[in-house]
Amino acid sequence: MNAPDAAGPLTDLRVVELCDEAGAWAGKLLADLGAEVVKVEPPGGNRTRGYAPFYRDEPHPDRSLYFWHYNTNKRSVTLGLDTSDGRGVFRRLVARADVLLEDQPPGRMAALGLDYADLAPAQPGLIMASLTPFGRSGPRAGAPATDLTILAGAGPAWSCGYDDHALPPVRGGGNQGYQTGCHWAVATVLVALLHRDFTGEGQHLDVNMHAASNVTTEAGTYQWLVARETVQRQTGRHASARPSAGVQVRARDGRWVTTGVAPRRPREIATMLAWLDELGLRDAFEQWPLLELGAALDHDISVAAMMEGGTDAAIYGAVRDALNFIAGAIDSYDFFVGTQRRNLQCGIIYSPDEVIDDPHFRERGFAVEVTHPELGASFVYPGAPYRLSASPWSIRRRAPLLGEDTRAVLTELGITPAEHAALRATGVV
Amino acid sequence: MGGRALASIRVCDFSGVLAGAGASRILAAFGAQVIRVENPANKGAWDVLRGAPPYVDERRGHNLGGSFNNHNVEKLGVTLNLQTARGRELFPRLVAISDVVAENFAAGVMERLGFGYAQLRAIKPDIIYLSNCGFGATGPYQPFKTWGPVVQAVSGLTHTSALAGQPPAGWGYSFMDHGGAYFGAIAMLAALHHHHRTGEGQWLDLAATEAAATLTGTAILDYTVNGRRTRTASGIDSNRDNTPSMAPHGIYPAAGDDCWIAIACRDDTDWATLATEIRAPWAADAALATLTGRLARRDALEAAVGAWTAAFDARALQSRLEACGVPAAAVQRPGERIDEDATTAAWGLWPTVRHTEMGAVRVDGIPVHASRTDWRIERGAPCLGEHNREVYGGLLGMSDTEIEELTAEGVL
Repeated sequence: MNAPDAAGPLTDLRVVELCDEAGAWAGKLLADLGAEVVKVEPPGGNRTRGYAPFYRDEPHPDRSLYFWHYNTNKRSVTLGLDTSDGRGVFRRLVARADVLLEDQPPGRMAALGLDYADLAPAQPGLIMASLTPFGRSGPRAGAPATDLTILAGAGPAWSCGYDDHALPPVRGGGNQGYQTGCHWAVATVLVALLHRDFTGEGQHLDVNMHAASNVTTEAGTYQWLVARETVQRQTGRHASARPSAGVQVRARDGRWVTTGVAPRRPREIATMLAWLDELGLRDAFEQWPLLELGAALDHDISVAAMMEGGTDAAIYGAVRDALNFIAGAIDSYDFFVGTQRRNLQCGIIYSPDEVIDDPHFRERGFAVEVTHPELGASFVYPGAPYRLSASPWSIRRRAPLLGEDTRAVLTELGITPAEHAALRATGVV
Repeated sequence: MGGRALASIRVCDFSGVLAGAGASRILAAFGAQVIRVENPANKGAWDVLRGAPPYVDERRGHNLGGSFNNHNVEKLGVTLNLQTARGRELFPRLVAISDVVAENFAAGVMERLGFGYAQLRAIKPDIIYLSNCGFGATGPYQPFKTWGPVVQAVSGLTHTSALAGQPPAGWGYSFMDHGGAYFGAIAMLAALHHHHRTGEGQWLDLAATEAAATLTGTAILDYTVNGRRTRTASGIDSNRDNTPSMAPHGIYPAAGDDCWIAIACRDDTDWATLATEIRAPWAADAALATLTGRLARRDALEAAVGAWTAAFDARALQSRLEACGVPAAAVQRPGERIDEDATTAAWGLWPTVRHTEMGAVRVDGIPVHASRTDWRIERGAPCLGEHNREVYGGLLGMSDTEIEELTAEGVL
């Protein structure tokens, strides 16, 4: 469905990225949509080049899989911003760019003389996005934070965890606090880009990660805003002001599945009964007579009836138990596909490595091969989060080696080989 | 407040719940005219949130759902029944004046109605069309149904949220409904830029499960490159685990019922600072001075930190540690982060909208401030068909009589 060799929607966009772990995801999202993203790194390399895991577990600035993932399609330029020559090159780099994306601590860009106020007068079309834990100003601007503390303070952790509240709330893995901030950074950079398309005007975007996760908590927030109710965390399901029944079951093969909301329509209940029969498990499930009653109902079981007790509630309880019973009696994948083919919204709880091998993801081409010429090898990467038919997402190049593009980019800026040599001699690049 | 960045953009929006409605909401906050289109035959009930709790008071009904209001602020609302002949005649006129059509029905629904991308492209060749569903428009699971928890389960996000020795905790809400909305907004906005540059429209196929799977990319690479599986004997502990490794790093008890504080020692300096605050002999142990040493004594260290934090009020301890440069955050309850957190208040993160029937209600704001074209959220979600006259009359030039007639016929 993608036009062959078509370029991404942002191919005309030039981005300068000055980001560590918090903002690199934003740069990747832009780069994978076609933007030229120049990552400015200190001469010793961005610190995330030292983050595990490594290719073959050998620590090396060009072998961090963390860096590989977050920096596809980017170019790497080393530049010491603690020198005035380095800052001069940075200004020239920004001067030919459309977007400056940075996640430096509040105050650092100003201290370098590279803040929006320093750059915009000469370049009114510049879009600068600053990603910080609590925004550029305000009561906690400058307070230290990590992905853990952002997700803990901003609401997600309050809603995640277990029925047993002796166990702490849980912060989900994978840098989701940083990434949520990045999703907002990218969306608003694109809003600002459209405004510039229409008017020529640039602007500064103050992106607040604590605020971003605060508005990424679904009912946790609006249950309070609207009804002043506090949701309580529950194992593997929605935190709620009113407790709900468990949904996670360990399947026969040991993996967990999520059974979700059990069916309430007679036809669906009949399907459950038929499935038990197919599996030869009707007699093993002692409540089967209730399923027969449910299949013969002349109405759907209402949510109100489920709460009230009585026959409908008993039937619904049996339906839920039947779903959980089947989940425990067969393998996780068979349960997932078996329920979905019966129009029930249940899921298998995959680990990330299992997702990439799943037949559906394979068939859609989610796994993409990325060549690493420096290693004489290619590897499978997670692919497109969205398919754009006329201007496709793509990984055109693996993450850059440290300083791989310094020479080419300096040449593009009009810096002569002699000047480059001088910058190198003084440790600027 | 400055101008509206997206004032010239119009979105014809069939998308609902959070995964769909949340995407066009972002465009609306920055000034796009988003026309939410709903079926009058079932009073918009396809969007299960329309009349769903929470409620502001004792009243109930399809215009009074609190979450629907949250997700549909700043949009116009019209009704249109695509199963009627006249509805099917009218819809192309809406498409013809729109830049974007967005929907998040189950895969294939719009095609079966005769309004897939190919058909809409025939109406308006440069239309941008977003299809947003769980497994995408192709592939063996295309017919499968999802909601947030299923997307999170299948994509690896549920598995990677857990404590050691426990089953998956997962995400206690539809995190990926937010995620689907964010990726959907990004796709629409990028396509709008492409359209501005080339004049070309396109079809956007967004599968929430794929979008979600990109969010655990490093773990996927560790498998595809190093052959290392995510499931290990020791299991996941997503409070402790971090890249890069940190210790202490976790969520610890604080004084009070179900009160907790997160602390992250990023390096040896953070630990030295924390150890000074703890002021106990065990914390001064030289063996703990290095990360290697702390990781080697992880269980005892984390237990000791937890025993220390348990005596303190979470937010007081947060302030104290933050003041000496150690990242710390009380696990805030909704009421605390909304009504007692000075940073969210200073940001204006909870704007009050006016909803025609519900009155004044607070909603989620936008976590970005734009220096020239900032967001604005003032109007609540539309009541069912609230803007039929404005859209069908004002935009399409239909007469009041015609609108009344179509309403009586069940078309609007």
